[in-house]
Order: sequence, then structure tokens, then C-alpha cells
Amino acid sequence: MDRLRRAWEVLDDRLGVSKTLGPVLRHPVPPSARWYYVLGSATLFAFIVQVVTGIALALMYIPSTNNAYQTLQFITHDAPFGRVLRGIHYWGASAMILLIGLHMARVFLMGAYKYPREANWLTGVVLFMVTIVIAFTGQLLRWDQTAVWTVAVTAEQAGRIPFIGGAVAHFLLAGDTWSGETLSRFYAFHVFFIPAIIFIFVGVHLWLVLHHGISEPPVAGRPVDPKTYRTWYHAMLEREGRPFWPDAAWRDVAFGVGIITAIVLLAVIVGPPELDRPPDPTLLNADPRPDWYLLWYFAALALIPPKLENAFMIFGPLLAAVVLLVIPFVSNRGERSSSRRPWAVASVGVVCLMIATLWIAGVRAPWSPDFSARLLPEQVVGTASGPVAVGARLFLDKGCEYCHTVAGHGGKRGPDLTYVGDRLSVDQMTWRILNGGTNMPAFANNITPQQLNDLIAFLKSRTRR
Amino acid sequence: MSSGVPGSGHSGGAEELRRRDFLTRLCLGLSLFAGLIVAVPFVGFLIAPLLERVVQVWRPVGTVDQFAVGTTSKVAFVDSSPLPWAGVVARTAAWLRRDGPAQFVAFSVNCTHLGCPVRWLQDAELFLCPCHGGVYYKDGTVAAGPPPRPLPRYPVRVRSGQVEILTSPLPVTTVR
Repeated sequence: MDRLRRAWEVLDDRLGVSKTLGPVLRHPVPPSARWYYVLGSATLFAFIVQVVTGIALALMYIPSTNNAYQTLQFITHDAPFGRVLRGIHYWGASAMILLIGLHMARVFLMGAYKYPREANWLTGVVLFMVTIVIAFTGQLLRWDQTAVWTVAVTAEQAGRIPFIGGAVAHFLLAGDTWSGETLSRFYAFHVFFIPAIIFIFVGVHLWLVLHHGISEPPVAGRPVDPKTYRTWYHAMLEREGRPFWPDAAWRDVAFGVGIITAIVLLAVIVGPPELDRPPDPTLLNADPRPDWYLLWYFAALALIPPKLENAFMIFGPLLAAVVLLVIPFVSNRGERSSSRRPWAVASVGVVCLMIATLWIAGVRAPWSPDFSARLLPEQVVGTASGPVAVGARLFLDKGCEYCHTVAGHGGKRGPDLTYVGDRLSVDQMTWRILNGGTNMPAFANNITPQQLNDLIAFLKSRTRR
Repeated sequence: MSSGVPGSGHSGGAEELRRRDFLTRLCLGLSLFAGLIVAVPFVGFLIAPLLERVVQVWRPVGTVDQFAVGTTSKVAFVDSSPLPWAGVVARTAAWLRRDGPAQFVAFSVNCTHLGCPVRWLQDAELFLCPCHGGVYYKDGTVAAGPPPRPLPRYPVRVRSGQVEILTSPLPVTTVR
């Protein structure tokens, strides 16, 4: 041990590690900075995990539209540790998004973005936005059927940007449609461009944390006054400060290790998401869905009134970004305690409630037709022959069952027709089938009188009795 | 008296400062120059897809006899200028409807709402989108749901008994 210690002392003397990093690591922090303060470092730990596993995956992944899918299949099912590595990368991305969201909420609720830490908040907002983008581009690199169609969805949304939308879509696709360049472009974004931005902004963010010091937990009735804050803060640190290393850092390490352990356990036990079908744009039985963190936005696009949709697609994310970036400029002083900032608490609550509600709607996706609909079982139809049975067959063939539920079978887009016979007359049904209605196509040109009679016979038989 | 800047204490301080000012500007200028000569090809390469001309070619998708009148079928064809490593992504699809002996209509498979692939229900004579429930009639007009406009059409023609489709850009809904 003595030899090792001496060797380290010589190395440290020559490299100046302790001299340079020591004061940084031992910078004083408020003594009451406890477990709430570990979310930022945990996000950084998750990012490091992403870098390490990303480099490992890049050893085998070929970012070519012709090979990417096969290499990922190989990584997942054949390569030693491939499944675990992909799993860590996937769950690490999920953890990073969750942690950065929680970190932002914590900073906002504790008013830690106020003077003099406005720039900490601004760099954090940029990191939050690029984290979403890097996660999204990572989903595209799976280059399965979902990824290919998600590229189309991305181009379509980019196209809604006024005037330059077409050019932006063209830029993202690297051409006028999917091509050999599309995947390598998103690969470059995912592994070079965006990580470079993250590295730069993490560096600046950490520098600012050191420069301004860790914000002390807020106390109700002790507002931030830019004229006196710095003096007060440094006096408080002089009086009560504790060295970051190891007095506060142990919590960051403990929580970070816990997060990494959880990520690895999820990767081992649950594994990465299975790849969808091959990325062949001629296979049209696709049902593209974003990963969980964007499912709420996917739901919003289904539920927003069509007239507002273009504005929502463009101005929704823009407005969110502007609001986040403007926060420290409109509120950089005054009370920090959430007990004195009810609007701050309410706004976080509303955002969480909105995302959770839309997320649940996105999971259920009642607006999507049920393409797995099959002929209703005989016990539901009630007979195997006659107009009612023929009507049940038409109910499937004409696409009604894709959108309407009968006795728990079928889609949820339209009204439940399990007991429609009790509430609509024959005339009402006829009118609705022939003319359509809100979100229902008209069948006047696509149904014979006999078919109409059979279909109505089936629907009229849907009663409680 | 020294200003704290090394070398500023000796005689000729003003000249020395001018020299330092010049060297500072020189370094900034040279760095800018180096950055520019690397940035021009970098940015050019990045936005190269915007500078390329859109190429369209006619692709055969089958003989006339393969498509019964009144039916809609999925057809697959190769893009206008597939790159050698494109693989299956070089292929694309369209919904081809035959309305008469020589009347064909080719629809894009991309929903005009968000670009998801629409599916054809033969008996219902409807196109359905799995993403947000867009519905189109057999002529491509919007029947229900959020799509803002009908399904785009590809130019189609019949040559020597072959049905041909003109390759076209991915139909992206734009706002002006």
C-alpha cells in the first residue's frame, strides 16, 4: 500500500490532479442541501452510461439502411452481452429523460433558477430540449418498420413550418423521400451533433454551478434580493458551508449508483424493446407509435381540433421553449419557497396532469381503428344464420367493427353499439349509415339495399333483452 | 509603473499595446479564416440534399391485366435514384385503383395528416390510417378524421400494356 501511495503522490505531483481538482471538489455547499439535490448529477450519470453503451453498440451497428436492422437483430439476439447493452441504452435513455424532467421541476419549485443562477436554468433548458431530440433520434436508429414510418411522421410535422417546412422536411429526409442517406443523417445527429451540444452545455452548466454555488434550500419569508444575495450567500457558506466532497457528494454517488443499478437490472430482466418488422416501406400493415416519453404528444395530435393542428404543431413546442427560456427573466427575485409560490406549484401540477392524461390516452389510443377486429362470435351475434348473421358479417366487412365496439369486441373510435338497438330507430340507423356523421364515413355509395337491411337487422338486434 | 500585463512596463508601451492589439486581431482573423474554409464544405455537405435536383422516372408496376376493374391494389416500385446501399428503403408503394379499361389512379400510401401508411379495406372501399384514425373514400377524398386534404395522387400511365407510375417526392403537407 505504501508503494502505491508513493506512486500516486509522485503521479499527482507531476499531473497536479489534487492541486487542480481538490479545491473544485471541496468547494463549500450549503449544509442543508440533501437528497433533493441529487437529480442533476443522476442525469449526468445516466448520460455517461449512454455514452459508454452507445460507443459499445457502435462497434457492431452499421448505420446503413441496408444493414442497420440486421445488425441490431444480431446485437440483440446473437452478440454476447448485446441484449443487455441495448437494454441499458434504452433504459438509460428513459432514465435520463425522467431524471432531467424531475430535476427541472425541482429547480423550478425551489426557485433555484432565480438570481444569480438564471444562466444555469437557461443551459438546463437547452439540455432538456436536446435530450428529447437525442432520445427521439435514437428511436429512429432502430431502423425497423416503426422507425421508417416515424421518419415520415417527422418530415410531415416539419413540413408544417410556414414557408420553409418543405425544405426542412427535405433536409431531415436527406432527399425527397427515404433514401440511403436518411439513416446515416439521423445517426450523425444522434452520435455526433447532439452529444457535442450536450457535452458543451453540460460543461457550461457545471461551471455555472461551481461559479454561483449550489442554491440553498428555500425558506419561506427569505426572498432573493439581487442587491444582497451574493453577500449573504457567501457569508452563509463561510459560516455553515460543508465541503462538497465528500459531505454532499456521497448522496450523489449513492443515488447515481442506485440509478445505474436499476438501469442495468431493467436491461437484464426486461431487456430492450423488441424490433418491429423490417424497414420495408412497402409493408403497409404498420402501426407506428413513439416511445413512451412522446406518447402524450402523439395523443395530443389526435385530440386537437383539426383547425388548430398546424398552429399546435409549430407553436406548441415553440411556446413551451419560449416559456421555459423566459422564466428567469420575468421572475428572478423574490420568494423562492414553493409555499409562497402557489402559481408555480399549480403550473407544475397542471403540466404533470396534462402529460399524464394525454399519456394514458396515448396508451389506449381509442381514435385508432382496431385492425385486429374479427367476425363477432356466434354467442354475441345470437344466431348463425339469417339477416342478423349476415349483418354481423357486414359489420366487419364494411369496416364498422374497426371503429365500433359490440360486447367488448372492436374499436373504440365511434360510439359503443352493444345496445344500439335500444336507442336508435331503423330510420335513424339508415340515415346515419347512408350519410355518415361526425368522424364517420357515408356508405350511400357502397352498400346495397339488401346489405343495408341486413346490417340494420343486426344492429336492431343489439338490445339489452 | 506596470499595468500588470507582462511587457507593458518597458519603453514603447503604447506601441507594444498596438502590436498586441494587432496580434489579437490577427489571431481572431486567422481563426475565422480557418473556420470558414472548413465550414463552407461542411455546411455544403450538410445541406446537399436541398441542392440536389428532384429526379422523377416512370416505373412499371404490372401489366394492365393484373388489375381488375373496380379494385384497388398495392403496388411496389423502386425510387427514382436509389443509392447502392439503400436496401429495401429504395422501394416504395402506392395504392393503384383501376376505374376502367384504361383508367388508373395511383394514390400515395401516406396519410396527409402525419404521413402514416394508410390501409385499404376492399369491402368497405375505404382507406384507414392506423395512427390517428384518418379515413378516405376510394377516390382518396377525406371521409373522416383529422387528414387536412385528400390522398395525394401519383401520375400514372399505360405504355405497351404496362401500368407505369411516376416516382414522386414523399408527399409532405406544407403551410404557406
